[in-house]
Amino acid sequence: MSHETNGKAPILEADHITKRFGRITALEDVSMRVYASEILCVLGDNGAGKSTLIKTLSGVHPPDEGRLLVDGEPVRFSSPRDALARGIATVYQDLAMVPMLSVVRNFFLGAEPTRGVGPLRRLDLREGEEVVRAELKRMGVELRDMSVPVSALSGGQRQALAIARAIHFGARVLVLDEPTSALGVKQAGIVLRYVMEARTRGCGVILITHNPHHAHMVGDRFTILSRGRCEGTFTKAEISRDELVRRMAGGEELEQLQHELRAS
Amino acid sequence: MSARNWLVRPELGVVAAVVAAWLFFAVTAGDSGFLTLSGTASYLAIAAELGILAAPVALLMIAGEFDLSIGSTMAASGMTIALCTTELGWPLWAGIAAAAALAVCVGLVNGLIVTRTRLPSFIVTLGTLFILAGGTIGTTRLITGRTQVGGLEDAGGFGTAQKLFAGQIGPFSITLLWWLGLTALATWVLVRTRPGNWIFAVGGAPDAARRLGIPVDRVKILLFMTTALAACLVATFQTVQFRGTDVLRGTGKELEAILAAVLGGTLLTGGRGSVVGAACGALLFGMVQQGIVFSGVDSDWYKVFLGAVLILAVLLNSSVQMRAAEARR
Repeated sequence: MSHETNGKAPILEADHITKRFGRITALEDVSMRVYASEILCVLGDNGAGKSTLIKTLSGVHPPDEGRLLVDGEPVRFSSPRDALARGIATVYQDLAMVPMLSVVRNFFLGAEPTRGVGPLRRLDLREGEEVVRAELKRMGVELRDMSVPVSALSGGQRQALAIARAIHFGARVLVLDEPTSALGVKQAGIVLRYVMEARTRGCGVILITHNPHHAHMVGDRFTILSRGRCEGTFTKAEISRDELVRRMAGGEELEQLQHELRAS
Repeated sequence: MSARNWLVRPELGVVAAVVAAWLFFAVTAGDSGFLTLSGTASYLAIAAELGILAAPVALLMIAGEFDLSIGSTMAASGMTIALCTTELGWPLWAGIAAAAALAVCVGLVNGLIVTRTRLPSFIVTLGTLFILAGGTIGTTRLITGRTQVGGLEDAGGFGTAQKLFAGQIGPFSITLLWWLGLTALATWVLVRTRPGNWIFAVGGAPDAARRLGIPVDRVKILLFMTTALAACLVATFQTVQFRGTDVLRGTGKELEAILAAVLGGTLLTGGRGSVVGAACGALLFGMVQQGIVFSGVDSDWYKVFLGAVLILAVLLNSSVQMRAAEARR
């Protein structure tokens, strides 16, 4: 896909971002952009700066240098609420769910639909259930009972719920933090399908992962992050899965490791 | 609601225990007055006072915090009412208002310290428990030279207050109505309102709650204020009923309230529980305490039974929970 030629501004753009913590530089000169209906995979090993990147994009840490742009317009988020208000929603690994609360209560947590006024204002869960059912259905999840606790759902269903919630509350960019990391093969496959579904629905998705296999299956473009720096961005046509795996593992380093193992 | 959902209701264990306790005492103490109206009224009166404490304590525990200071808050509130009326000559209602203001401050301080310092509430409220207990004894002795204050019946407005806080409806204490009303209110807040949803979230996944924009600290502070106000209300009942109070009034109530809440299926770690369960826990407490008296066993022993029932109830609850969790897989 050649987005640069279609004239549209990316929904979210990180422009030469640097973030330091004391003397440690967590991100250095990182640039990336995500367009509507696109999955941008950010790949990196542990300590590559993935979580700092997430926190910068989602408004937790403002960058020390560089800019964030939404729809081509420079923005400065002072809190995750700011980012959310501009349509940047982050789904963290814990999914921001309360395990013992029901599906519908989790979906609306913090933004509960209510009925009545003043001291008689109360939850309107019935209306809520219909909304959740419809949103989950659009993700391809059929759930009969909305009153079951979230802890009763599978890992994949929980991800779907979190993504559906983000989209329902106006997300245009979904930042997904390692959505497949804690899952088995089958569940991971289901989650990747939800990620593609989000793209179909017009979201720009930033999929943060250390798994090049998962990334290559769904991604449109790939940015490799290593020790806080961008090691290049590739379209799917430009990079094969094996190349992605090799770059991810830090090619030479892996060979070195193999050498060490053989020597001992 | 499906059968399995009923199984995982937090109240299940305590409802079973209440039925079992009632049957047990009906058999062993049925002929000595346990089944009479006045016998029933006697344990309901105990349950009512404890239940009024246990309802907000359950809410606070669901939100993941403890309040050990409510026993001393009761002593301090009762003594505030007594001293304001007998020493300052205030009308009773002014004394009650002063006690309520004091309780609100205690809750606010507890809540602020817990949320600002992130110290465990167990420690913070243990501290305020001692501070209030000592402060109440010190102040009372300083002013009156004694540890008991009586003579409230001379205060203005006593008649109305007596009807409201210490009256009878037939054989039953009016506190029973307060208990039912407050339990219904607390249940409604917990399961039917936004703040109720937040209480579960604050205790079940505090970080997630914060990220979703739920005012976690405000929820906790308000709950600390509610437990303190409940303590003040129960102290008011007792002070009006006995026309006076002493500095040790309320001692141990904080643990009894936690016991009732836990019997009722409230999780010590927060995130799960029910006000109806806590009310049943209080009912069980009153039933066992009075049942032992009726069955002719030395009443010194009732705590042995309660302790054993507590452990059994929690065991039953957790095993049901585990089985239900397994059944889902």
